[in-house]
Amino acid sequence: MPRIYLDHNATTPLVPVALERFTAVAASTWGNASSVHHFGQQAKAVLDDARAAVAGLIGAEPSELIFTAGGTESDNAAIRGAAEALEASGRRHLVASSIEHEAVLQTVKALARRGWDVTLLPVGQRGVVEPDALAAALTDRTAVVSVMHANNEIGTLQPIAELAALARSRGALFHTDAVQTAGKLPVDVQALGVDLLSLSAHKFGGPKGTGALWVRRGVRLAAFVTGGRQERNRRAGTENVPAISGMGAAAQYARQAATEAAPRIAALRDRLEQGVLAGVPDTAVNGDPAARVPNTTNLSFDRVESESLLIALDLEGIAVSSGSACSSGTLEPSHVLKAMGYPHPRTLNSIRFSLGGSTTEAEIDHVLAVLPRLVTKLRSLAAR
Amino acid sequence: MRIVVAMSGGVDSSVAAALLAEQGHDVVGVSMQLYDNSSGFGTCCTIDDLHDARRVAARLGIPHYIVNFESHFHAHVQKNFIDEYTRGRTPIPCAHCNSEVKFSELLTRATGYGASHLATGHYARLERAADGRVRLRRGRDAAKDQSYFLFSLTQAQLAMASFPVGDLPKDEVRAHAHRFGLGVADKPDSQEICFVPDGDYAGFLERADPALAATGPIVDDAGRTLGTHGGVHRFTVGQRKGLGLSTGVPLYVVAIDAAAKSVTVGPREALDRRTLTASGVNWISGVAPSGWTAVTAQIRHRHRAAPARVRALDAARSEVQFDEPQTAVSPGQAVVLYDGDEVVGGGWID
Repeated sequence: MPRIYLDHNATTPLVPVALERFTAVAASTWGNASSVHHFGQQAKAVLDDARAAVAGLIGAEPSELIFTAGGTESDNAAIRGAAEALEASGRRHLVASSIEHEAVLQTVKALARRGWDVTLLPVGQRGVVEPDALAAALTDRTAVVSVMHANNEIGTLQPIAELAALARSRGALFHTDAVQTAGKLPVDVQALGVDLLSLSAHKFGGPKGTGALWVRRGVRLAAFVTGGRQERNRRAGTENVPAISGMGAAAQYARQAATEAAPRIAALRDRLEQGVLAGVPDTAVNGDPAARVPNTTNLSFDRVESESLLIALDLEGIAVSSGSACSSGTLEPSHVLKAMGYPHPRTLNSIRFSLGGSTTEAEIDHVLAVLPRLVTKLRSLAAR
Repeated sequence: MRIVVAMSGGVDSSVAAALLAEQGHDVVGVSMQLYDNSSGFGTCCTIDDLHDARRVAARLGIPHYIVNFESHFHAHVQKNFIDEYTRGRTPIPCAHCNSEVKFSELLTRATGYGASHLATGHYARLERAADGRVRLRRGRDAAKDQSYFLFSLTQAQLAMASFPVGDLPKDEVRAHAHRFGLGVADKPDSQEICFVPDGDYAGFLERADPALAATGPIVDDAGRTLGTHGGVHRFTVGQRKGLGLSTGVPLYVVAIDAAAKSVTVGPREALDRRTLTASGVNWISGVAPSGWTAVTAQIRHRHRAAPARVRALDAARSEVQFDEPQTAVSPGQAVVLYDGDEVVGGGWID
């Protein structure tokens, strides 16, 4: 059965240049980048190249980047590290949007249990944070504000530049999780005006288990893994040189792809979305239809549990995701759609389609051919 | 033909899936997450069972999904389990799970996945007659037979059911598991009710409904108080242990009055019953027999079916008369009626 992968917000296949670089470095550049000798120097050179490439993806200086084990670690490091560094100043307040990834939400909740004040910002029905809401939440005690660049479930873009300016005007640091934008849209740390920015390699064609945290020069950040002096004393431990080199290669590739492939992917996404809305009754788009990343559409299918549609699609060879089902936990409604004020059923019947560079028009048309039949069947069973 | 297999992570459903796949069917494994047992790292058994199912599916090269049935399972099985004990009865959650979860909601899901059948690892056999009617028979392995827990399935449910290991003895099932190289081949059989893995029903029930722990009197058939008990949910008709009484003769629970919170005890002979009535009766054929019909009747899982006759009182109730008195007819348990090894029907003992 041919497989159609429409879950690129979960992860992406390695781009060939990243795979080549990863395997070549793993095979030949196995030295410890901290070593003084030749082998260490070779590894260090690979790290430096990768750092420059990733910095280039986001308009940053290489020296401002810390490699991590992925987006979740970057989010943890940004919030915990900044909070710890600011604790002594008396700033004991954290702000995050209510539609953040769990990597941020669970981190601020963990700090709340340790006595930090936490404010979760509401979003409107379109899934966008209102700057007024942030202005109202900020105090002189606010240490860090964390709002994602684009939401992973619905793809909506947040007004980061405006929000960051507000936060900084009150002396707070601003962190953004850009895991879902890097490689899809141009990302520029200066234009965004943020202090901290999280990246994940595997969302843009790099290897899993690798990410980066950008820290604006001059921002104080406590070490989040203690030990040796790697990564400017912030993240101890021998670097995963092959994976980081793969991230560098993917970043170089993504920098071009983000501008060149985006219009084509957006056109396919719109074709899919329009086709579903026209071909399947009682469907709706979740989130702002304009302000979003080009590859994502999140659609509600009335009277269909997303878990069932997800499985039925997979059995047809079509891989998508739902924001609401957790395979090994409780069936929880999507916290994102809930925060948008959607009624309970709609938070349980949404499906996320996220396209990628390899997605073709034929694949989209195949999905459109299969989907109406599956939805009709599931609805007729639900009505029994 | 696409067949969904309900995979528990045990050896029986694993081999069921393996045999169907070997026969060339399009097999889809589905495991139900039925309750949240994940708090307390290291103590949880369910998640491990789901992982076992996933490993078996990977070994067989079939797709596998874990579906969340927590709210459904609570509404149709656990709530009934708690309510029945509250009423002083002794429930059988497995039978409710079969007819109201597996061959209900899961069957609907399977249909939605494009399957024509839902297979389980039950030890029972199905025979499809030319007229489309399905007969339900005991599993070939008498020691493992689970037909008792399947009496409440309707013709519509049985028509889509498949029990691939029902025709096999358990040791052959394990041999197949070894032949297929399944990691669960030597996994012990589950003994307890799945959502009370430590066997502490009383503790589970008291957590669900603290009012159950209300104490009450233990009385004899003359109404004399012999002692005090810690809650009627701790007792089942026929029970001898755990009464905390020191009397010369062995005493057994004869009756439970949940409203009065009293437990009546008596000598073994006081447990003997020649008749019973049952509610919620299901006739496998879909049609109640007219008049008295000779059957053998089984009143609990580990009871040897005894010769009896049965007649329908109305659409949902029946009366059973045994040829010889039977010991410990427990309200809430099922009475399942057989003709030889064929299940005729069954109901819940009043």
